[in-house]
Amino acid sequence: MPKENIIPIGPFHPLLEEPEFFKFYVEGETVVDADVRIGYNHRGIEKLAESKTYEQDAFLVERICGICSTSHPFAFVQAAEDISGIQVPERAKYIRTIIGELERIHSHLLWVGLAGHFIGYNTVFMWAWKYREPVLDMFEAISGNRNHYGMFKVGGVRRDIKEKDIPGLLKAINDVEKFCSMITKAVLDDSVIHARTKGIGILKKQDAIDLCVVGPVARASGVDIDIRKDHPYAAYDKVSFDKIVMQDGDVFSKTAVRLLETIESVKIIRQCLKNLPTGPIDADIREIGTGEGIGQHEAPRGEVIHYVRSNGSNYPERHKIRAPSFMNVPSFKRTVIGQSISDAALITAAVDPCYCCTERMAVVDKGTNNVLMTGEDLVRLCQKKTEKIRGKRIS
Amino acid sequence: MEILEKIKNRFKDKVEVFEKSKRRIYVSVSRENAKEVVGYLFKEMGARFSIATGIDIRDAVEILYHMAFDKNGIVVSVRTLVPKPELEMPTFTDIIPATNWIEREIHEMLGVNFIGHPNLDRLLLPDDWQEGEYPYRKKTFESEKENPLYNLPLTKGEMSEQSEDKGGYK
Amino acid sequence: MANLFKWGLKRSPWVFHLAASACNNCDIEILDCLTPRHDVERFGIVLVGSPRHADVLLVSGIVNRQSIEKFKHVYEEVPKPKLVVAIGACASSANMFRDSYNFVKPVDEIIPVDVYVPGCPPKPEAIISGIIKALEKIC
Repeated sequence: MPKENIIPIGPFHPLLEEPEFFKFYVEGETVVDADVRIGYNHRGIEKLAESKTYEQDAFLVERICGICSTSHPFAFVQAAEDISGIQVPERAKYIRTIIGELERIHSHLLWVGLAGHFIGYNTVFMWAWKYREPVLDMFEAISGNRNHYGMFKVGGVRRDIKEKDIPGLLKAINDVEKFCSMITKAVLDDSVIHARTKGIGILKKQDAIDLCVVGPVARASGVDIDIRKDHPYAAYDKVSFDKIVMQDGDVFSKTAVRLLETIESVKIIRQCLKNLPTGPIDADIREIGTGEGIGQHEAPRGEVIHYVRSNGSNYPERHKIRAPSFMNVPSFKRTVIGQSISDAALITAAVDPCYCCTERMAVVDKGTNNVLMTGEDLVRLCQKKTEKIRGKRIS
Repeated sequence: MEILEKIKNRFKDKVEVFEKSKRRIYVSVSRENAKEVVGYLFKEMGARFSIATGIDIRDAVEILYHMAFDKNGIVVSVRTLVPKPELEMPTFTDIIPATNWIEREIHEMLGVNFIGHPNLDRLLLPDDWQEGEYPYRKKTFESEKENPLYNLPLTKGEMSEQSEDKGGYK
Repeated sequence: MANLFKWGLKRSPWVFHLAASACNNCDIEILDCLTPRHDVERFGIVLVGSPRHADVLLVSGIVNRQSIEKFKHVYEEVPKPKLVVAIGACASSANMFRDSYNFVKPVDEIIPVDVYVPGCPPKPEAIISGIIKALEKIC
């Protein structure tokens, strides 16, 4: 077990001496205001996409985010296919679904590990990331890479799942399911986690509707939306699974929604692998007509929506990309105001902004505007509160 | 289809409705009536605001508001034109708080001024970005030779003339 | 005295991770090195939270206009002897973002780089091998 003072396992890459990303204004111990400054990862991808062909675009948008890397090509190819109503072969639809759901499992396990670290359970971090490895091995078996799989193209998928691999994949998914069930039970039944996360950072249902949040953040507040069931695409209308919706809107509900979703994803993958139809995997598209199209996908963090306008040439005229965190991150302001500073790191993490965003946090004194605490201090404060609840001595 | 009929009956001549497919509807409306139409879709019909897209089309900026009807699986996009050079548009943040960030982005990328927005600060661009330079605007070129897109290997409509060798992935 | 430093460095390099605007995949693969499957701590490689304690700097992502000043500042804080390892295709050569309006310069025109680890993202084994190669350079 590593010594705690050396491993600030960190999503802490203090690129900035004075972190400017999330700013919490405090009076005493309570957060009175919060601000967020983004733009550190802005690489001008929407403009770049206009000078790349549709084929190259599918690779470019994968690199928007490393965790939900397949959600963006998924939505993009559907938008391009929506322009002139291109039909995708059945086998390709099932393979797309399998990749999308595997990615959901890997992303939620990653989040569980980070949240565990924030609370102070470093074992959860190590276990969650250890059991992420079989999922990444499955990706490597199907597509050749652990992340950034390059599986999507307009009209189908680029690689096939071989028949001889399917028994191995089914066995691997069974192992993953055992771990997901174990961690779900362990986390949801633990009394310290109940005490630590229930009632913290509540997002009310009306706020969730006004701010149009998406994904697990919305479902944890009672808003019943899931693109896979509401706007069915790929093979989601041919498999059966449950929508997980909770009513409380606090950090515990958000954790529970994500953990229970991993179990639903395992069900979907198993059904797809067993019923994989035969046939081509590519519709062999020669040209994209003129017009506009919209594509949506339920990424691990929520709804991804892409809008593509085509003027008949090889290059898109306009490619609009909207990641789910764009709608979810502004909601953190309403959830964190009025809460204690020792919960701020946890509430920010529960919104699940794309990983890099949680690293840059700062606490500012409202009167003097001086930076009181950095991101690392906030996480340590979060961990100390857990220890208090457990009744241990603070080391 | 219900949603189409409801919009047509409520707004009659103020809108032009085009049903592209079972799940995609495009509604064209003038700048003055855009707020009323989008507000009606959000409040009375219960749609969810998904995102807004800004496009530079030479003598105007076209803004599309994409509203998702999750109960029916339909996306309605409301299209409006904001004429240059004034580029002014009323803000929607009082009826839909979720439009706050996207209006900031369209403002800094295309130069549209949203009247009544509480805070039009920079969102994505760095602080030292030059004022007056809008990255998403299309550049105009004197002749085809200067436009870098025309000097790339594949040009308009040549996709079908690609070689039979499809590369390593087949 | 210099030999003592080199001996200490080889036995247990302390590593600091500097992420410019990356897509985070390389960052996750670096964190993956700590997890039980690869577990670099048994070799003495330790991830630290401050550049002032570091020997080896791992850089990932492209440098955009927002972050270039701070990037140089953090590099100057790392005490000598220091090594820089560029992880991933973005840090090595700007990958597919080189035409972007927000892109400034490739990393090796801003700070001197000792080892390049290509890949998108490179596997954890490749990252560990890159750090070892960098250490062999000075020892």
